Amino acid sequence: MNRKHDLVFWLFLTPVLIAFIMVIIIPFGIGIFYSFTNWSATARAGQGISMLGFTNFANSLKDPSFAWSFIMTTVFTIINIALVNAAALALALAVTSKLKLRNIYRTSFFVPNLIGGIILGFIWQFIFNRGIPAIGGFIPLFANWANPENLMLGRVSTALFALSIVNTWQYAGYIMMIYIAAIEGVPQELYEAATIDGANFHQRFRAIVVPMIAQAFTITIFLTLVNSFKQFDVNVSLTSGGPSTIFAGKAVRGTELLAMNIFSTAFVGLKLAEAQARALIFFLVLVVFTTIQVKVNKRKEIEL
Amino acid sequence: MKTRLQGKTSLRVLEIVMFIVFIIYFYPFFLVLINASKAPFMVTSEPLKLPSDWSLLFKNIASIWTNPNIRYPSSFLTSIIITTASLFTLNILSSQAAWVLVRTKTKFSGLIFLTFVAAMVIPFQIVMLPLVSWFRTIHNVFGLKLLRTYGGVIFAYLGFGMSLSIFLFHGFIKGIPLALEEAATIDGCGKIRTFYLIITPLLRPIHATVAILNGIWIWNDYLLPLILLGKGAGIQTFPLAVVNFAGAFVKQWDLIMAAILMAIVPIVIFFLALQRFIVKGMVAGSIK
Repeated sequence: MNRKHDLVFWLFLTPVLIAFIMVIIIPFGIGIFYSFTNWSATARAGQGISMLGFTNFANSLKDPSFAWSFIMTTVFTIINIALVNAAALALALAVTSKLKLRNIYRTSFFVPNLIGGIILGFIWQFIFNRGIPAIGGFIPLFANWANPENLMLGRVSTALFALSIVNTWQYAGYIMMIYIAAIEGVPQELYEAATIDGANFHQRFRAIVVPMIAQAFTITIFLTLVNSFKQFDVNVSLTSGGPSTIFAGKAVRGTELLAMNIFSTAFVGLKLAEAQARALIFFLVLVVFTTIQVKVNKRKEIEL
Repeated sequence: MKTRLQGKTSLRVLEIVMFIVFIIYFYPFFLVLINASKAPFMVTSEPLKLPSDWSLLFKNIASIWTNPNIRYPSSFLTSIIITTASLFTLNILSSQAAWVLVRTKTKFSGLIFLTFVAAMVIPFQIVMLPLVSWFRTIHNVFGLKLLRTYGGVIFAYLGFGMSLSIFLFHGFIKGIPLALEEAATIDGCGKIRTFYLIITPLLRPIHATVAILNGIWIWNDYLLPLILLGKGAGIQTFPLAVVNFAGAFVKQWDLIMAAILMAIVPIVIFFLALQRFIVKGMVAGSIK
């Protein structure tokens, strides 16, 4: 034993090392192995597992529902990155100005983030299915909102947008906090000097705020990207994947995002090995997306 | 003069716009409150109107409290047990591990730390299915029951939460001068005592950050308890209970809204009491 690795070193490290190996490393390894086998609900009951090679991956890629959820997840992620960051930055700029109630706003906008996606999804299901039609009944201008055919959760494109609205409502307050920290880190003298030189709000924003908080963009976009790509809770409670639509000649669940597709492949389709293969593809794509995003943002940071 | 006046009017406009945004932002919560205070037919026919009889709120809350499907008191207690026990193990074990990793400068400890950090990118989805079969194997071979038990869920949260926790403690401990510990060693203080008597009191702010980040995650988490505890099983956390109840085919919106209200109020009170720590902690956690 190395002298530096004394008894206390091992005493303090062993508990987390055991948890790490038992909860992450071993299941991760088993999972990669399973994705190449015919592992299923019956195979685990004691019948042997045999190797299938890349069959699970091929079947996943051939399945329209998986391709569809990939497309929807990508679209959802792009909409979210734009919506969440635009809302968060606007809120951050507003609450760092001289508004009277700025401290109350700052705390309040954060509140939806404390509540789980499952519960938020149910609240918004009520709003989309009951609240918005009721507004249509009140105000003649929005009369067509009251028509059951126009329910936001009733059509795929609007239902996906509804998911984005809920996600933005939940997440913008958190991302706002990061922007606030970055904006408050900008030296006050810079603003004053620019104001004296006659720069207006737009010019100050473009020339001072954006370059100074470029580092924050890398983090906020990274967080929204990962968070949207892994979205599961709101998906389950708001739309449960519906409504159905036709893609590549097969009925698919219109707003079933990737995390939910993996879940239903395993627990509704009972194809455990194929779900595992999908999870592996999901993981690899997420790694590729985030790597590209961080690289691009880092380059932008330097340019700005 | 002219520019100052313009500044004032635009501030006034912003003041009004933000107030409207604020109202819209909070309107969903208001809707929950008013509809939790109505009779079922009122929720369906007039969801936007104020309730005619506020006392229905207490009736609905009482009915959720005693509802056999949601089992509010027991699932609330389960969530509290799982969250606090996970936070205790995560904070204590991660701070210990981070400290020896910072203070032991060897290739091995550097490698271990890097592995922990790298594991943060692993999404839960890729581990969840094999985790269940692996826990079942452990039960069959060693007789240790990790599925459908408190122990299993808490152990899993230790595994999934430790990477970020150790990372945050690691960064903080690096900034603590070594001289403090050396002085304690010269005075004859053992390593474990040094950690608990000298270092731990200094870690208070980072302990708060780690507890808050993990606390919000664990309290609201749905997928991990669903996978490890199962649906409608003996032990169910609060999010599982809400889904069991609200996900049912026939939607009793008055009661669902009451259940949602009862889920929101405790955490909002907790937040308002500790908001200073929470906001600082959430930001620190993301930037590091």
